[in-house]
Amino acid sequence: MLSQFIGMRSDKVMNPIERGAVKKFAEAIGDPHPLYFDEETGKNSIHQCNIAPPTFAITLDYGIIPNLQRIGAGLIHGEQQFHYQRPLHVGEKIQCYQQITDYYEKKGKLGEMGFLVAEKRGLNEDGHFIFAMKQVVILNETIRRGLKS
Amino acid sequence: MIPILWDLEVGDTLPEIQLPPVTRIDLIKYAGASGDYNPIHTIDDEAKKAGLPGVIAHGMWTMGNLAKLFTPYLEKGFIQDYQVRFMGMVFLEDRITLKATVKATEESKVTFSVKAVNEADQEILAGHIVYQVF
Repeated sequence: MLSQFIGMRSDKVMNPIERGAVKKFAEAIGDPHPLYFDEETGKNSIHQCNIAPPTFAITLDYGIIPNLQRIGAGLIHGEQQFHYQRPLHVGEKIQCYQQITDYYEKKGKLGEMGFLVAEKRGLNEDGHFIFAMKQVVILNETIRRGLKS
Repeated sequence: MIPILWDLEVGDTLPEIQLPPVTRIDLIKYAGASGDYNPIHTIDDEAKKAGLPGVIAHGMWTMGNLAKLFTPYLEKGFIQDYQVRFMGMVFLEDRITLKATVKATEESKVTFSVKAVNEADQEILAGHIVYQVF
């Protein structure tokens, strides 16, 4: 039923990696290391700049898959993967997009569940691959019934 | 004592981190910093409407916290792969412990199995991290 979304892809969205956003995020996960936001620490580090924590990429804007956005409340995050070519640099701009790569249904102890798989990518301004992430989101029967209407 | 990355052998563990009991402010801060305003993470009534006993932490809050095990190595390389499955819920006041064990070592990579458990030793999430050493 959600299979119709497989293969659909969003337009790219440019995301500046902002120092303030990275700092707030690092604080929110209890990991306020100065390498994430202090300019001097960044310059003098092996990275030669400030970097973002690996899960910061979850906060970026990956663009919209039409009609999929109305699935909201009640989703369960089942699985999450990140793969980095290198860490994100504070101050750079990353182009992000997402694609729905799979949808399948399985019977579990809570009834029939739907599994929606999205792959998201971040490229630098020259179009070079920086990171990818894969998310598996679980939809229970109630949500899927709502979507049919 | 933080072990040196290239001295690690299969079966070695990183020093565990025990998080302070989860507070509502932790989750409000994470909602703001991440942009995930799903109210089941911050507002009790909304959590109850969703059939939960109370608010639960964002799965990504726990996943974000777990990466802290590797903060002592920020200058030694970077997390190249980080994968988890979300297996259990985190409620307010829960005490979460973060763990990493070496699963494999290669020339410039160390693979860890990682997990977060609550005080009843139930797995909240489990997965792996591949650390790329410079």
